[in-house]
Amino acid sequence: MAHLLDDDPRIIEFDVRTDEMLVNMGPQHPSTHGVLRLVLRTDGEIVSEVEPHIGYLHRCAEKIGENLTARQWIPYTDRMDYLAAMNMNLGWALTVEKLMRYQVSEKARHLRVLIAELGRVASHLVGMGAYGLDLGTFSPFLYAFREREKILDLFEEACGARLTYSYITVGGLTADLPPGWLRKCEEFLDQFEPIIKEYHALLTTNAIFVKRTAGIGVLSREMAIDYGCSGPVLRGSGVDQDLRRDGESIYTAMYDGYAFEVAVMKNGHYPRDHEYPPVPADAVLGDCWHRFFVRMLEVVQSMDLVRQSIDRYAACKGPLGEPLKLTEKIPAGDAYLETECPKGQMGFYVVSDGSAIPWRVRARSSSFSNLSVTGELCRGCLIADVPAIVGSLDIVMGEIDR
Amino acid sequence: MRGPGFLEQLEQAVPGAVVGSRLDAVDPWIEVAPNRLLDVCRWLKGRSGPGGPDVRFDALECITAVDWFEPDPKKATKNAWQPHVEMVYHLWSTSGRVSLVLKAKLPRWKGDQPGQLPEIPSVAGIWRTADWHEREVYDLSGVWFSGHPDLRRILCPEDWEGHPLRKDYVQPLEYHGIRGR
Repeated sequence: MAHLLDDDPRIIEFDVRTDEMLVNMGPQHPSTHGVLRLVLRTDGEIVSEVEPHIGYLHRCAEKIGENLTARQWIPYTDRMDYLAAMNMNLGWALTVEKLMRYQVSEKARHLRVLIAELGRVASHLVGMGAYGLDLGTFSPFLYAFREREKILDLFEEACGARLTYSYITVGGLTADLPPGWLRKCEEFLDQFEPIIKEYHALLTTNAIFVKRTAGIGVLSREMAIDYGCSGPVLRGSGVDQDLRRDGESIYTAMYDGYAFEVAVMKNGHYPRDHEYPPVPADAVLGDCWHRFFVRMLEVVQSMDLVRQSIDRYAACKGPLGEPLKLTEKIPAGDAYLETECPKGQMGFYVVSDGSAIPWRVRARSSSFSNLSVTGELCRGCLIADVPAIVGSLDIVMGEIDR
Repeated sequence: MRGPGFLEQLEQAVPGAVVGSRLDAVDPWIEVAPNRLLDVCRWLKGRSGPGGPDVRFDALECITAVDWFEPDPKKATKNAWQPHVEMVYHLWSTSGRVSLVLKAKLPRWKGDQPGQLPEIPSVAGIWRTADWHEREVYDLSGVWFSGHPDLRRILCPEDWEGHPLRKDYVQPLEYHGIRGR
């Protein structure tokens, strides 16, 4: 009898003493999306504590902003979320315009929607591709980048840059679209729309992908709000909030007359969910799979908005309007504005003493708050789930460290 | 933000906490006494109903410290304000979809002793967002949040000296053998 018990592997397992171990992940690690360092306290395969260390990309952009005029700071916002630089430009431009009580022309408004939504598609494509990469599948990344490349080509033609655009600026945009651009954009949409089905086949319904993401890293609605999570992370937890609909009037006025449905699960259903693969049985609201799926829905939603804005922009006659002078004085006071960026709610705060150079600028990063929840999400998960959870938050270090 | 009615409600619920307000600004704000900040925040976060606010501010979006100080003595004489640090809290209600701006004035240094950080109670126990945001404000602007669970630098290295977003900050000549300026 005694030797029978000795052979039982379960008993041997109890016999082996395991020690806690500190594992250092990053700052140079492919699945930390930049220079993020995570210190994991592990007991065997189980992670008991995760401590993120940030600041490797810190440039103190806020201090730089105190020495430049409002328009001169636009290129620094590019370098925050460098995967959605257009949306960053827009956030800062709108904040300064809010303080100046300035309104751009109707044509500029529709062009901004067009550019910002294309930027959202590009950002979500990287988010989706890189997430596949985190979980060990390489092909979706290549397919995503193939399409993103076409958006970058469009952006390059519009403003001359492929990554740091500084296209949307205080008081409007730096230039109008070149002739024939709208036709090229429509061609891209026509070609891209059927491809989304392929992404769903590659990732959303992929059995391995579902196993790795469904039910992993569940973020409750209360915790998401408490930690200040925003964007797809917040909507993935079932909170019905999208600043394009719920934000301040200066921002929602930009989307006035546009029809779109917030990508959030309501009464167990996503908007237009008959067009998409069904939610896997293992998926729980607020897990990695839902955060990913919300991004996929937003790609379609943004393409829809791009189509609407093309028509409206083309219908606008008259000039686009000139952006403000580089040395334009800002009235004394302060203004804070959050915009719905692809990664979440990006807030800018400007304090002015009446001169052209702001007294204080502040950037409230969405990824910063989204990342702060990792310690909570990773408690008690497997080591292999850590990249899945961090990847599902879709962070960009340039924005966190600023 | 709600109009004057909300301000009266706040004054009734937490008497003596409101020391100033500006409701006609681009972003209307309410200034509170730093030592009453926690009471005000607890009330704002608390459940709506009798005695509570008509909207719950369940999300803290941003904490900012603004250093009001002019290093140039010639220019400083023209300023209408006295040197101080202004704390700005941007709150948001996910259910009511309204924002609220709270401000609090602190001295630049505690007891006017340069190097002694001014103190304000931490709101990390009310909104978890404040945990990292207060660490950032401490790191860059040099404000001490009393009662914060783990107040240490977050963006700058642990052994960094000074607080870069102070207006009188001087970049170090060198850091571990790396030339600074």
